[in-house]
Amino acid sequence: MELINQHTKSIMEGCKERARAAGLSFTDESLEYIVTNRDMLELSPKVMIPTLYDYWVHDVDVLRGKGQYELYPHNPYETVINTRPPISFYNDNNPDWLNVMIFYHVLAHIDFFQNNLYFRHTWDYDFTGQALSDKRVIAKLRAEKGRWVDYVIEFARGIDNVVDFHGELAELFTPPGAGYSDRLNYYFDVFLQSVKKVSINEYVKEVTRYNESLKNLGELGEKSFFAEAARRYPELEAHFGRQEEKHPVRQRDLLRYLLDNSEFLERDENKWMKSILEIVRKTSIFFQPQIRTKIMNEGWASYWHEQLFLQDDRIKGHEVDFARVHAGVTAMPRVGMNPYALGMRLFSQIEEQADKGRLSFEFQRLADSDARKRFDSGAATGREFIFRVRENLSDYLFLKNYLDQDFVDRHKLFVAGKRLDQQRMVWQYFVKSRKAEEYRAMILGSLYHPPTITIDQTKGVDGSLYLVHSFEGKQLVQEFIANTMMGIEYLWGGPVHLETSEARIVSGQPSSQGREGVQEGEISWQRVVYTMNQKALSKKSL
Amino acid sequence: MRNDLLTYLDELKASGLSPEREARMLAELATVEKGHHLFPRADAERGPFSGFSKSLYAWHDMMVLQAEAALQSPYTMLIKSLDELLERDRKREEDGFPRKIQVGRLVKPGRGGKGKVVVVPTTVEEKFIHDPTIRPPGEGGASGGTGEGEEGEVIGEQKVREEGEQPGTGPGQGEGENHEMESSAYELGKTLTEKFQLPNLKEKGKKRSLTRYTYDLTDKNRGFGQILDKKATLRKIVESNIALGNLTDVTDIDATRFLIAPRDKVYRVLSREKDYESQAMVFFLRDYSGSMAGKVTDLVVSQHVLIYSWLLYQYAGQVESRFVLHDTEAKEVPDFYTYYNSRVAGGTQVSVAYQLVNEIVSRENLAKDYNIYVFHGTDGDLKGSGLLKDKPELIRMDVMAEDADEPRLIEGIKKLIS
Repeated sequence: MELINQHTKSIMEGCKERARAAGLSFTDESLEYIVTNRDMLELSPKVMIPTLYDYWVHDVDVLRGKGQYELYPHNPYETVINTRPPISFYNDNNPDWLNVMIFYHVLAHIDFFQNNLYFRHTWDYDFTGQALSDKRVIAKLRAEKGRWVDYVIEFARGIDNVVDFHGELAELFTPPGAGYSDRLNYYFDVFLQSVKKVSINEYVKEVTRYNESLKNLGELGEKSFFAEAARRYPELEAHFGRQEEKHPVRQRDLLRYLLDNSEFLERDENKWMKSILEIVRKTSIFFQPQIRTKIMNEGWASYWHEQLFLQDDRIKGHEVDFARVHAGVTAMPRVGMNPYALGMRLFSQIEEQADKGRLSFEFQRLADSDARKRFDSGAATGREFIFRVRENLSDYLFLKNYLDQDFVDRHKLFVAGKRLDQQRMVWQYFVKSRKAEEYRAMILGSLYHPPTITIDQTKGVDGSLYLVHSFEGKQLVQEFIANTMMGIEYLWGGPVHLETSEARIVSGQPSSQGREGVQEGEISWQRVVYTMNQKALSKKSL
Repeated sequence: MRNDLLTYLDELKASGLSPEREARMLAELATVEKGHHLFPRADAERGPFSGFSKSLYAWHDMMVLQAEAALQSPYTMLIKSLDELLERDRKREEDGFPRKIQVGRLVKPGRGGKGKVVVVPTTVEEKFIHDPTIRPPGEGGASGGTGEGEEGEVIGEQKVREEGEQPGTGPGQGEGENHEMESSAYELGKTLTEKFQLPNLKEKGKKRSLTRYTYDLTDKNRGFGQILDKKATLRKIVESNIALGNLTDVTDIDATRFLIAPRDKVYRVLSREKDYESQAMVFFLRDYSGSMAGKVTDLVVSQHVLIYSWLLYQYAGQVESRFVLHDTEAKEVPDFYTYYNSRVAGGTQVSVAYQLVNEIVSRENLAKDYNIYVFHGTDGDLKGSGLLKDKPELIRMDVMAEDADEPRLIEGIKKLIS
């Protein structure tokens, strides 16, 4: 891996100036490397982060058939990685004009990384540096503990998608001092409701009393409020104290929970495992926003490389070459979804709509299609608006908010279906629907979405851990459950239960069994509990 | 197209064009006929509908912008680490965790490359993830699309048969050498037996003396040889020293006073051993009717490759195999290569294949000299022949879903041959 030459670097610097002038914002420094095929082979299992920790699975051809992107949410061939400074990778034989285009694309990605709020937690440190120190920690542990290090990595990675990314983000956005004290939260949310089970009337009275004392006494209000409350419920402090002893529970973050509550990990001889869990968790959370903004990120980059390339005076004469490559990148496939094409078109549409003031209540309440066509308030705030979109949204909200019928009609989008014609032995592809809702549902359904698994402390009795999978219409991949739970059992040091839902397929006619890898037939869902105890898995229906 | 562009260039010239720009445009024009090979799309050759099952996340900058296709580690590199990986896997078992390395894909390079079967170690990282293949009825696979077409209109068709015949994994029509296939199959069988613990065959059936010898370090020789047999040597030394009177008190042995004669050293030497071996005759039956298109055939053939390899190794190459393909008629094909690569077509009738097998066996009087194995891969229907109902004790059957993977295949083989 070597840096690009000075000539190419100067092209990059020129691109930076122009991109800045157009409103993109990013840090000054960036590193561009030429990569060979060999480099790619070494980098891709490590998600293009050269300093990521070593793990034997990286050297094995990993089966990536089923649920590939759910298992490996990060793109193995990222061109630009979100580090400080950002690093990007290039072929060594790109012509200059192509580099100009790619540089703009890369700069827009960098702008996205550094401004989209879903990446907020990655802004304050350099991940390659962090990864390097993690790699050293793991190498050192491996020298001491041997292959047990790899077991712990394996088990931790088994649940690295059950981390509370959104919770982590939310903390960053809560200003200090906002919200209420733990005591107050406990008093109103738990103590009055669950311990004392007071009536609604009394509850409201307490709320009023709190507001009164705050109004009358200002800063001392809460103190006097609790003096009164303690007189009424002398056991309050003891209850609260007991609650405080337990770590605050991050219910949706299994890795965090194990770190905080596992007695097994707390033992002196096992404490080293915690640093591995921390590393795996941190790494997972670092990569989380990437996949949740794939369409936006690629759309944003494609939008800008088009805009900026065409205005760039240095590449005159290569318009045709550019058009050819650009069309290849952003063409809408007849069947299938291209995130570059989709994102770019959606950004353009949003800009246009905002320019005409159509993203307003006024426009939305218009039912007359002719009036809708002519509607233009002359707001001309499109640019500004798409910058706000790139700052605040993720793929889910981006599509949900803006992919409307106008967009579907304009680009002639449809939901494509596939069915088997048994007689002629052909797959038929057909237009399933042209409704925006269905297109949206189809694409939202294909977005990355790890299962929501929470910890139920009330059901985890006798030192066991009770996990609840919130059912969202899809069951978990069954063959993965045993080993994943075995890993959790190891890290927890006791039996583990998992409550989840499973399909019972009551196949109607055998002919309805589509040869599509998709089983059809009546499905009834059954709630079941898996239990992993002493490495033996058992299952019972609820 | 070129002429249109030239006319356009003339128009531009007429409206004023700097010589510099004209030169550039001419240079571009020169490339018009070269076609669009600059950025071959990785999926271009897989038909217009390959995008259907392509995930949104399968797109990446390296491919899209820089035409850098996803790279596969060369399998040779991976095999080198096979021993190391399996050693690690064995340790896992010792430590009380289930094994994790599996026989991975059977790589068979397509056109151009020689037909070769290679084991690639693979693994999977288990996590809690949603299973996309189980959905409520009516919600079959769906993807996005663009362009013309009414709702409900069929916009294209694709032959089922073409699927799964991409070079790389599936059976297809490729160039290759028969011999190559055999030799690599032996290696594969060895790996399967040794590393992935397929059981050894139970010794049974006829034994024939063969003029075949194996060499082993079984004979002993005093004074010189290949490997020092330490235990035997020590015994000899003690004997000699008792005789010499160097060892009087058994409770107080002083080894430093021992005298060691060269003749006391006992070595093991290579020697020729006569070997007896069983012989096997294997019939592979493959249903190549039309309904077997795609993944099913892939599976059957992969399974047969595995079984064939395993038997080849078990019988140390003393396996004769016969290959029978059938749809509604059965025919014998001369080699595994033809067997492996024949395309599917036609209807199904299972019994014809067995009739042919019986015919061959009786015609050549095979039952006398061979252990006969018959393996049959089909999706079909044994109803007509009543075979399953009438003679369940004669058949061992393993049924698997179309999307079964290699580990599942190996499990199945274990079951079948146990």
